[in-house]
Amino acid sequence: MQGNRIIGEAAIRAGCRFYAGYPITPQNEIPEYMAENLRKVEGGVFIQSESEIAAINMVAGAASAGARAMTSSSGPGISLKQEGISSMAAQELPGVIVNMMRGGPGLGNIRPSQGDYFQATRGGGHGDYRTIVLAPGTCQELADLTMDAFDLADRYRIPVVLLADGMIGQMMEPVVFKEPKPRQYSADYVLKGAGTGKAKTIKGLILDPLDMEEHNWKLDRKYRVIAAKETRCEIFNTDEADIVVVAYGTAARVAKGAIKRLGDHGIKAGLFRPISLWPFPTEELRRLAGTRKEFFVFEMSTGQMLEDVRLALQGYADIAFHGRPGGVVPTPVELANVIVRQYRRDR
Amino acid sequence: MKKVFSRPESLRKKFVFHYCPGCGHSIAHRVIAEIIDELGVRGTTIGVPPAGCAVLAYNYFDVDMIEAMHGRGPAVATGIKRVRPECLVFSYQGDGDLAAIGIAETFHAANRGENFTIIFMNNAVYGMTGGQMAPTTLLDQKSTTSPPGRNAVLDGYPVRISEILAMLPGTAYIERCTVNSPANIVKTKRAIKKAFQYQLDGRGFSLIEILSPCPTNWKMSPIDACRWIDDVMSKQFPIGVIKDEPAKAAGKEGAGHDR
Ligand SMILES: Cc1ncc(C[n+]2csc(CCOP(=O)(O)OP(=O)(O)O)c2C)c(N)n1
Ligand code: SF4
Ligand SMILES: [Mg+2]
Repeated sequence: MQGNRIIGEAAIRAGCRFYAGYPITPQNEIPEYMAENLRKVEGGVFIQSESEIAAINMVAGAASAGARAMTSSSGPGISLKQEGISSMAAQELPGVIVNMMRGGPGLGNIRPSQGDYFQATRGGGHGDYRTIVLAPGTCQELADLTMDAFDLADRYRIPVVLLADGMIGQMMEPVVFKEPKPRQYSADYVLKGAGTGKAKTIKGLILDPLDMEEHNWKLDRKYRVIAAKETRCEIFNTDEADIVVVAYGTAARVAKGAIKRLGDHGIKAGLFRPISLWPFPTEELRRLAGTRKEFFVFEMSTGQMLEDVRLALQGYADIAFHGRPGGVVPTPVELANVIVRQYRRDR
Repeated sequence: MKKVFSRPESLRKKFVFHYCPGCGHSIAHRVIAEIIDELGVRGTTIGVPPAGCAVLAYNYFDVDMIEAMHGRGPAVATGIKRVRPECLVFSYQGDGDLAAIGIAETFHAANRGENFTIIFMNNAVYGMTGGQMAPTTLLDQKSTTSPPGRNAVLDGYPVRISEILAMLPGTAYIERCTVNSPANIVKTKRAIKKAFQYQLDGRGFSLIEILSPCPTNWKMSPIDACRWIDDVMSKQFPIGVIKDEPAKAAGKEGAGHDR
């Protein structure tokens, strides 16, 4: 099954009953899949919105009414959604936002890229907030993490970003859809009309600075819990490794290919692959640095995750970097050669 | 003793409106609350207040509410109504919110025939941010960003949104009212009640535009502001029913889709 369609299917299986989105390459198969399949499901709503701004606000409305809701886009469209994501973070509404990253900035191109790491992991919109960011590296993970994204969004009442790129979205791999967990959330925020009880309000406007400060600290306490409990990563082949490559998503796939080739050059290399980009698996990475001193960050950008790796490893290890921004996906051979050169130079 | 005047159930018990004296927002709030009471739908109503002077509407209405970002009310209301078609959903918007930054959301919700109601508070200025020019500001009307008066060549023309939306097949009911006199308040109430009833009947999109005095930014006394609506504003924005589509045309199978 194709990556983008997997996301659609996994979302429906996870109980997503509301999707709104606006066409943009390379993620068009997601709205197309939802148009075809979500409306067949009891209570399923698909809307092709007039813009990405409208889409995220429809998702906010649907979430406030209690539905599991999702939108998807790429680069320029994700930028337009940021006001809405910020608002959902403030209002503590759950929701899933898929970003199939493409080359940027600006209109850029439609080739796979990882240039939106900063935007995704630093909140992205205005104000002091975070979103959970999950970065699948395989089609199987697209399925698993899409489902997990809905669970996390509900558990923490937070927007969750699924951050992948055009490459994974277009890729075909066999997948097994796991059994979705029963939905667990406290529905006390959900609007359905007050009945005979007290009316509820969902809002982000808090005019009193002390109250606003308290709301920010409340969000911050939530983010700290998430940071402590929800980091995810894959550690591959690092036991004997002289050098650890740090990469996520499509870049990690390229890195795995490169690591095999490095063996032929007599270099033992392993991979550290963050799966949650926020929260970043800082402790897990730092633990690796206890025994090994050489780390090599590879990204399809000019170096964004690099900053999180530095925050984790500064003073503990040496960090080298290779990046290919703009929609270029290097081959494993190219990456292996760069690493070999770097490694030999350092000897 | 017979009680002839009391606070509607759908307004909260203890508050003082923050609106300026003579402002149309407080009158509109009261009228909407009375109708929610009369229709007996307080328990199934969800309102969407805007960014604008009415942003704190949830402090006044005793119904479920979610605040929308500036202009996004119709998109938020779309999400709510599609998930909860059984609820009475209304989006409450100013003219800057609706006719400028949120025109796309408004236009396309109307065009999809979303089965909810917009209360459109046209006061010909951006009230909340201090009286800047709105899309509805009249030609020659002074505002803080059109100090010599709105100039068509430099600033464009006032927009008649209701007439534009009435051209869309998805819209069922559109009326322009005002709250500048007791008689007009009664008419406004009748219009909103009809719009809500249309929504409950699943007839599709409805919008009630209310010419609403903003004495503060118009720099007039409340009385003069009410007079200005009669003498000047309603010439540009004529009062009356703009569209009342028979049930058949915008009926259940067309607009007003359940999910
Ligand atoms: C994206 C964004 N831009 C600007 C603002 C600032 N803002 C808040 S309310 C408002 C204008 C409100 O005018 P109107 O919609 O006419 O409502 P009124 O206050 O007149 O009732 C503006 C510009 C905002 N909140 N968000
Ligand atoms: S500024 Fe105008 S619209 Fe706002 S509360 Fe005062 S009178 Fe009403
Ligand atoms: Mg206004």
